[in-house]
Amino acid sequence: MHDKTIAELSAALARGEFSSVELTEHFLGRIESLDGGLNSFVTITGEQALAAAREADARRARGEAGPLTGVPMAHKDIFCTDGVRTTCGSKMLDNFIAPYDAGVVERFRAAGCPMLGKTNMDEFAMGSSNETSFHGPVKNPWDTGRVPGGSSGGSAAAVAARLTPSATGTDTGGSIRQPASLCGVTGMKPTYGRVSRWGMIAFASSLDQGGPMAASAEDCALLANVMCGFDGRDSTSIECADEDFTARLDEPLKGLRIGLPREFFGDGMAPGVAAAVDEAIGEYRKLGAEVKDVTLPNSGLSVPAYYVVAPAECSSNLARFDGVRYGYRCENPKDLMDLYTRSRGEGFGAEVKRRIMVGTYALSAGYFDAYYLKAQKVRRLIAEDFRKAFEDVDVIMGPTSPTTAFRLGEKTDDPVSMYLSDIYTIAVNLAGLPGMSIPAGFSDGLPVGLQLIGNYFEEARLLGVAHQYQLVTDWHQRIPGGFA
Amino acid sequence: MDWETVIGLEVHAQLATKSKIFSGASTAYGAAPNSQACAVDLGLPGVLPVLNREAVRMAVKFGLAIDAEIAPRSVFARKNYFYPDLPKGYQISQYELPVVGLGRIEIELEDGETKTIGITRAHLEEDAGKSLHEDFHGMSGIDLNRAGTPLLEIVSEPDMRSAKEAVAYLKKLHALVRYLEICDGNMQEGSFRCDANVSVRRKGTEKFGTRAEIKNINSFRFVERAINFEVERQIDILEGGGAVVQETRLFDPDKGETRSMRSKEEANDYRYFPDPDLLPLEIDSGFIEAVRGTLPELPDEKKHRFMTHYGLSAYDAGVLTASREMGDYYEAVVKACGGHAKLAANWVMGELSAALNKDNREITESPVSAEALGRMLARIEDNTISGKIAKDVFEAMWNGEGSADEVIEKKGLKQITDTGAIETIIDKVIADNPSQLEQYRAGKDKLFGFFVGQVMKATGGKANPAQVNDLLKRKLQ
Repeated sequence: MHDKTIAELSAALARGEFSSVELTEHFLGRIESLDGGLNSFVTITGEQALAAAREADARRARGEAGPLTGVPMAHKDIFCTDGVRTTCGSKMLDNFIAPYDAGVVERFRAAGCPMLGKTNMDEFAMGSSNETSFHGPVKNPWDTGRVPGGSSGGSAAAVAARLTPSATGTDTGGSIRQPASLCGVTGMKPTYGRVSRWGMIAFASSLDQGGPMAASAEDCALLANVMCGFDGRDSTSIECADEDFTARLDEPLKGLRIGLPREFFGDGMAPGVAAAVDEAIGEYRKLGAEVKDVTLPNSGLSVPAYYVVAPAECSSNLARFDGVRYGYRCENPKDLMDLYTRSRGEGFGAEVKRRIMVGTYALSAGYFDAYYLKAQKVRRLIAEDFRKAFEDVDVIMGPTSPTTAFRLGEKTDDPVSMYLSDIYTIAVNLAGLPGMSIPAGFSDGLPVGLQLIGNYFEEARLLGVAHQYQLVTDWHQRIPGGFA
Repeated sequence: MDWETVIGLEVHAQLATKSKIFSGASTAYGAAPNSQACAVDLGLPGVLPVLNREAVRMAVKFGLAIDAEIAPRSVFARKNYFYPDLPKGYQISQYELPVVGLGRIEIELEDGETKTIGITRAHLEEDAGKSLHEDFHGMSGIDLNRAGTPLLEIVSEPDMRSAKEAVAYLKKLHALVRYLEICDGNMQEGSFRCDANVSVRRKGTEKFGTRAEIKNINSFRFVERAINFEVERQIDILEGGGAVVQETRLFDPDKGETRSMRSKEEANDYRYFPDPDLLPLEIDSGFIEAVRGTLPELPDEKKHRFMTHYGLSAYDAGVLTASREMGDYYEAVVKACGGHAKLAANWVMGELSAALNKDNREITESPVSAEALGRMLARIEDNTISGKIAKDVFEAMWNGEGSADEVIEKKGLKQITDTGAIETIIDKVIADNPSQLEQYRAGKDKLFGFFVGQVMKATGGKANPAQVNDLLKRKLQ
């Protein structure tokens, strides 16, 4: 069952080949037997999943099933789940149980998708390797000595190992696309404002965006149909009519204009990644697309701008974790200041503390203009670069990450080198554009991701461009050894 | 040496919305601790603010009333600091771009002159919760019911030159927000709070002195006392050759003094930045015009109308328009008494206000309704009772003994206007006091009052005093 796409599983459920309970049991069994070596799940919710599966089967029997009813999935542990703990990968929230569902969780619950569990992640989504998680690192199923990427590393690894047909992720600077690339799965970050942030624990509010992760673009389109939509509880949610993201899957690519930003093809990209990306572009040419060079002159500023804006927002967003009302509280505080400093000192990990300090500094009196305001100006320049590029092309393509999965521990002592793992993805968040990563081959046995960037609200087009490639390639169908 | 005081006030007015500024929780006062704090107010992970449209409407209403510019685009910012009753670790406020820009308010000074006080800005923000330090055995309790209650922070220019001016401004502002029905003005419950920036400078100098910000002055009386104390303190320091330090000071109403809370060096760096969870607030002219259409008659307009329409003095019109309720009550009295505006003014400002003060009641809580008072005044005008007897009738009405007509009837207070009846009583009084009559006729004019008194006594005060005077004068000659 686990080698089937969501569309196939949905069809099989409709034909009565198996029930949602059987399907859910199958995936729970895989998690139990295979996740020990991966650590991709933080919490497994077998009982609730089976109860939801029974309800899904009953719903199907009543003739009320939707396209995803009965197909199980997993949620990144950043999405609040009513009655099930939500840790955000942190000691700070190891005991936190939200009394509400995130908007995204609500939508999948209403669609009838049983939740298998919550997936591991970098602490508060801050990291590119899943090594900052309080629950320990996730291992890459293609090589368990390597990282899955981050911060949605648990979701990516779980989908790659087919422990779940799909999982939700969030992407602040590449946190869906980079792990999708490193684990060989398909992931999409929609246009900022498409997916409700209600109940999604904030890292950097102006950049955070939820999105689907699955084996294929078609699956991501089906998931996006549920996930995207207006939510009045999120003031940044965009009020637009619901859209069918599968509508353009079959659109031929003849005449599609693909732009290759020359800034994404310079030094720093591993040769194996460059070769796979070149080959994928060649495949698109064969499908009838035109390829031209474009330029994003300010993209070199995206990493520095991001590491001002994101830490600034996080320094404020994470202030609520103070040991007063919920979450971790230090033992025997002797006064208020001691309660604050020890609860936060003991509850947060090193990377989170580093970013809180950087962000606090950037917002301080006397530095605000030089850092925060300047970074916001850079953001506008970057968005303007994309606007100009999209005058000439329909889709921008390039590598998702400069390298394939690196070894566990390889970059933990070198934050800057870790940050550069997101060098191609960050600009997309700064501009608020939709982006995807799709499997595009292997280098030394490790997956390489191709990044697709579309104009605002062009998700359906982007998904179609990815789907047409997946019709003529089978990279996305490969399952790592030991997980078949 | 002559010193000049310079005062600017920051007022926090709680807006009278039903729900909080960024959540759907109720704003009602006095509920059990933490029973009116939802996930948003508690700052739980992943929750988000959504702006309350009604709070914006009220802010715009205020802006229009002070003739200020309403910003077509204003921005919510986060003010970051740690405190246990601040659940998110930041307060959502407005910083660089407030919703209400430069405006002004006119106040009346003691000498009858008016003075314009500039209002720098007014912005929307959320209130914090409350820390309770008693009854927790060395720990503190946190009540987040108030967290997220909408506030309009109204910042004045440093235009006031005495504590009395500051009080006049504060009272005017208080009346205005109540006229506009955007704040209940309850100072005891903290719905209307005031901080004062106070400095002194040598008379004739341009440059402002170093200011102290005084917090926690939550009654009109305290404002005057706190400012006067602070002015004395600063003058003493300067005359002693010292320098005033810029700091935040707390007013202690029990001791009547201000004391240092924190210095400028200890002040927080609030790290303001635009709140990425909220879009800029955009207000179009259609919204502004719709709000303008709901503006009531404002205090200054009403005062002017009372002077021209009812012929009242500036002073009387000022008193009677000090609150919207007072003005409404007065106009209802005038209507019910048949338009005797001056008589109505005297009674509302006199007997009624005295009775309200004595029982510590608001005018809306008066046991004598405006209509009831008006009908009683009509009985004075139609000579059923005298002004003097009316005071007894009013007291009986105040004590719940019925309407004016019922009290007059029950107590037999109807004025005697029958000339014959009065003459009979006069004749008896003259006959009973022969020696006084003799002295009066011998030129002791003062005794006229004695005879009036005797007649009134004999009629139980019910005789028409004017008639008594006339008849007595004739009979005594």
